[in-house]
Amino acid sequence: MSEQYRHSVSLDLDKCKGCTNCLKRCPTEAIRIRGGHAVIKSERCIDCGECIRVCPYRAKIPKCDKLEDFADYKWKIAIPAPALYGQIDKLDDLDYILTGLVELGFDDVFEVARAAELVSEYTRRYLRREDVVKPVISSACPAVVRLISVRFPYLLDNVLPIMPPVELAARLAKQEAMRRHPELKEKDICALFISPCPAKVSYARNPIGVEKSAIDGVLSISDIYFRLVPAMKKFETPYVTSRSGIIGISWAGSGGESSALLNDKYLAADGIENIIKVLDEIEKENFAGLEFIELNACSGGCVGGAMNMENPFIAKARLQNLRRFLPVSQNRVQDIAGHDDEVPEEVFWSTGVTYEPILQLDENRAEALRKMQRMQEIGGHLPNLDCGSCGAPSCMALAEDIVRGEADDSDCVIRMRQQIEDIWRTMGRMVHDGE
Amino acid sequence: MTADVLKYHFTVVGGDFTSAGKASVNVKKLLRQLGIAPDIIRRVAIAMYEGEINMVIHANGGTADLEIYPDSIVIILADSGPGIPDIDQAMQEGFSTAPDNIRSLGFGAGMGLPNMKRYTDEMKIDTEVGVGTTVTMTIRL
Repeated sequence: MSEQYRHSVSLDLDKCKGCTNCLKRCPTEAIRIRGGHAVIKSERCIDCGECIRVCPYRAKIPKCDKLEDFADYKWKIAIPAPALYGQIDKLDDLDYILTGLVELGFDDVFEVARAAELVSEYTRRYLRREDVVKPVISSACPAVVRLISVRFPYLLDNVLPIMPPVELAARLAKQEAMRRHPELKEKDICALFISPCPAKVSYARNPIGVEKSAIDGVLSISDIYFRLVPAMKKFETPYVTSRSGIIGISWAGSGGESSALLNDKYLAADGIENIIKVLDEIEKENFAGLEFIELNACSGGCVGGAMNMENPFIAKARLQNLRRFLPVSQNRVQDIAGHDDEVPEEVFWSTGVTYEPILQLDENRAEALRKMQRMQEIGGHLPNLDCGSCGAPSCMALAEDIVRGEADDSDCVIRMRQQIEDIWRTMGRMVHDGE
Repeated sequence: MTADVLKYHFTVVGGDFTSAGKASVNVKKLLRQLGIAPDIIRRVAIAMYEGEINMVIHANGGTADLEIYPDSIVIILADSGPGIPDIDQAMQEGFSTAPDNIRSLGFGAGMGLPNMKRYTDEMKIDTEVGVGTTVTMTIRL
């Protein structure tokens, strides 16, 4: 998989100074500084976007699609993330945003929030089943699912095996378009997600749990924003009506997905460092009695994604105001008589998510053990300053790189200085002895 | 002169909390088509919304009637729920008897009836414990 995995973070070589900001902040230690600039170890990257956020030189860029790339399609459907609604100031009605999207060039709009309300209902049903492993962990944030698959394999059975709202939204949007416009064929339609984060860009290219994503392209909220604001001034009365409620819109912020379960046995954590700590605790089975764990890689939830315009907390406050007098939910599942734990087969993952042992030192257990011992040994000689000057995020990471044959002892500048001092001392003694 | 009134009737389904609040969306759409001023639409939609939520949470649903006159809009919300034992208490901001499981969604702040009064020009509550409640609200155009 590492070969074909297509990431969504690219590097502007001219701008990258080879500083250690991203190196130190990467939660999976996927970054190294080599040859004066950052290099991402593809198999380790979970597309969380942390490096984009922290780069002071804006050298890390999310690789998104552009609306122009889809000019050939007859029917372009905007699939806006609910986080988009929090970007606009002085707004009291979502219909202005949705109408604005049509004004700027989309043929139709299908809100992710609509599908989120369905996923909420499916989750409520799923939790009623007797055979599920609890606590159930949300699968909506692709960075979280990737993180679990590389670092917390024991928790894979806890992950909610239901499509994320964005995937369901793209599918439903296409079905609805074909129903309403019978002249359209599937190839005429494209579903373009308006995304707050690069993890969703990667998701569309490397879907999780499904063979192929129905999302045809991912545009960033920050790109769309500059077209949307003027487009919203082009009309007086909006003509596209929002069809989502409090539940769907609340998914934009941390805690929203959980609050929709209408049960208080949940935990919601956000921010990549916090969720790693929570996952560590769950792995230790430290959470008796919890039904659901909501995890968002970005601080604040999706409003904290690296491709938003607005401060996440301001966006969240706006959403709170926007959702206030909305229906609880506008999207409901057709009742299946007598079964309140029934979830239709087509919304479940069709493929599993498997453990990717990218962190293991060697496929051979004995060899891995030997390497581990060497790593400890090397680590013991390193200064443990974790300065990052060698290009690895910590001294232990350098030790690991050395054992893997990707770095050398001499990469440590502190050790190098010691060695030079030793040489000087020895030479000094030699000169002294020679007198 | 009966032609001067436009009437709409909505059924507010109880039992499932997630279905609450829909009628006010329909009302908003309708008033927009009639060309009513945005601030009036907002007040009608909020008053209707709060009433609808109350009926779903406390009374297992009910009916909502909207009457549009040349100079006013009247909303009549009727249910056959438990009734309100103490109207003065119910009208206090912050007083709520909503269940816990919906508080995480932002409900149960005790602002329902106070908001209905605030956003309308007149509000009348007829209630009898064990029989039901009818709230009539008027917004002048």
